[in-house]
Amino acid sequence: MSRPSYRAWFVWQRDGDVFLRLWRSEAAGFLGEPLFVLAAMGFGLGAYIGQVNGQSYLSFIAPGIIAAYAMFGASFECTYGSFIRMEVQRTFEAIIATPLEVEDVIAGEILWGATRALLSAMALLVVLAVFGLVASPWAVLVPVAAVFTGFAFASISMVFTAIVPGINTFNYYFTLFITPMSFFSGVFFPLSGLPKVVQWLAWALPLTHGVNVVRAALRGAATWGLLVDVVWLGVVGAVAFWLALVLMRRRLIK
Amino acid sequence: MASIVEARGLLKKFGPLVAVAGIDFAVEAGTCFGFLGPNGAGKTSTMRMVCCQSPLTAGQLYVSGLDVRTQGRAIKALLGVVPQENNLDPDFTVLHNLVVYARYFEMPPDTARRRAYEVLDLFHLREKAHSPVRDLSGGMKRRLVLARGLLHEPRILVLDEPTTGLDPQGRHMVWQKLRQLREQGTTVLLSTQNMEEAARLCDWLVIMHQGRILAQGSPADLVREHVGSQVVEVPADAAPAIVGQLSRGDATWEEVEDTVYVFARDREALHRTIGLVPGATYRPATLEDVFLHLTGRGLTE
Repeated sequence: MSRPSYRAWFVWQRDGDVFLRLWRSEAAGFLGEPLFVLAAMGFGLGAYIGQVNGQSYLSFIAPGIIAAYAMFGASFECTYGSFIRMEVQRTFEAIIATPLEVEDVIAGEILWGATRALLSAMALLVVLAVFGLVASPWAVLVPVAAVFTGFAFASISMVFTAIVPGINTFNYYFTLFITPMSFFSGVFFPLSGLPKVVQWLAWALPLTHGVNVVRAALRGAATWGLLVDVVWLGVVGAVAFWLALVLMRRRLIK
Repeated sequence: MASIVEARGLLKKFGPLVAVAGIDFAVEAGTCFGFLGPNGAGKTSTMRMVCCQSPLTAGQLYVSGLDVRTQGRAIKALLGVVPQENNLDPDFTVLHNLVVYARYFEMPPDTARRRAYEVLDLFHLREKAHSPVRDLSGGMKRRLVLARGLLHEPRILVLDEPTTGLDPQGRHMVWQKLRQLREQGTTVLLSTQNMEEAARLCDWLVIMHQGRILAQGSPADLVREHVGSQVVEVPADAAPAIVGQLSRGDATWEEVEDTVYVFARDREALHRTIGLVPGATYRPATLEDVFLHLTGRGLTE
């Protein structure tokens, strides 16, 4: 295995170039859908719920939605997106015929996945700010949370992409891992209402920590404790990143 | 002259399957070197090792004096690789495909654009510069992949079945460009199943079969050594009489289903042995005869 180099940025640039060409058709995914979920849940369900932890239900779930869609953005990019580039377009094959190695390609893809998470979170943040749902200057922490969440999920997704036999297998990843995660990470309700055991399990989920940071940031309730969340995301991301490099080399270099 | 690619005991196994069975070869700089062989002969596996995209099971392989095991990045900077299957970026235009590819070689943006137009001109694609790649015909895509391989002015061009999918016009155009490049000093390494391509382009040919090298030499020498200069194809009904005469003469022959192929060193030897056979086809020997003679006529997969 070779170490990823600065050349990973060329792959990041390539993915960014594609995004700049196609962002109009992708905007529905990274902005439209979360806003629908937010409106439906916030206003619809919110009318029955009233306050959660001293906030309107809409204000409570808004940060959760930001973190969850950072997760979705990175995950889609590094599953379906990367898989198509790898197997259908054979883009990886074209790139590793140049001075780039597999590790550069995968690192670049993961960086781009994290960037997608950041773009998604920033777009939502702007919309929420327009509607007066961003109460504190601590909102500057949102991009940090989005990048760490994105890095963790881009890396985890890439591990999965390295081992799937075909594109349909991603259904398992989303229906059994990603979607359930969005329900057990404090996006839609506080974890404190769950049984203790489930709370512990939920704590291990990376998304829980993304949600924690974004929620604290939007409320202006930043504490040093948030560092733990960021570090946990970083640790999960780093382990998955390393694993993705190893497994991808095994898959692509024969 | 110094060898620019040198392989000794080059071995590649995929599990129990031996793809390349410990071969030796040397490519002289500035020549066109061809791997000829049926499917599964080990051509692509060999080329992938040269391109540092597939680790060696055993043996040694040097490209421009650099070891493929340890100096992959440096070697890949010298290579222009044209894969068997097109792998263009369908989301970009023709020009942007090249500009993005140039970044991988750390070409400055100005140089990249200049070179991009140069290679587009070379392959008659300039007017398509701003078309999306998905709108190109199959032949144009193939030409673009070739153009991309030349973008960074590689010292060695590695082509895996370069003209597959091209029409005759496109094929001749590509052959002419490749000859031109070789004249300018680029080393060309190619694999092919097209005998005409091998005969027209290659200075040196290696015939591979089941991972081994069966014969190597210049195309003309290979034909002379292995099948002589003349071939007669005798149809089945005339065959029994001919075979009787052949056993007395100095020609070699091969019976394949309903035809007897007679190979002779020269026209006179042939006439002495079998004379003029009604219904038989008399023609000069070609590389295809060598190929079939050496690799057998059965399907390989």
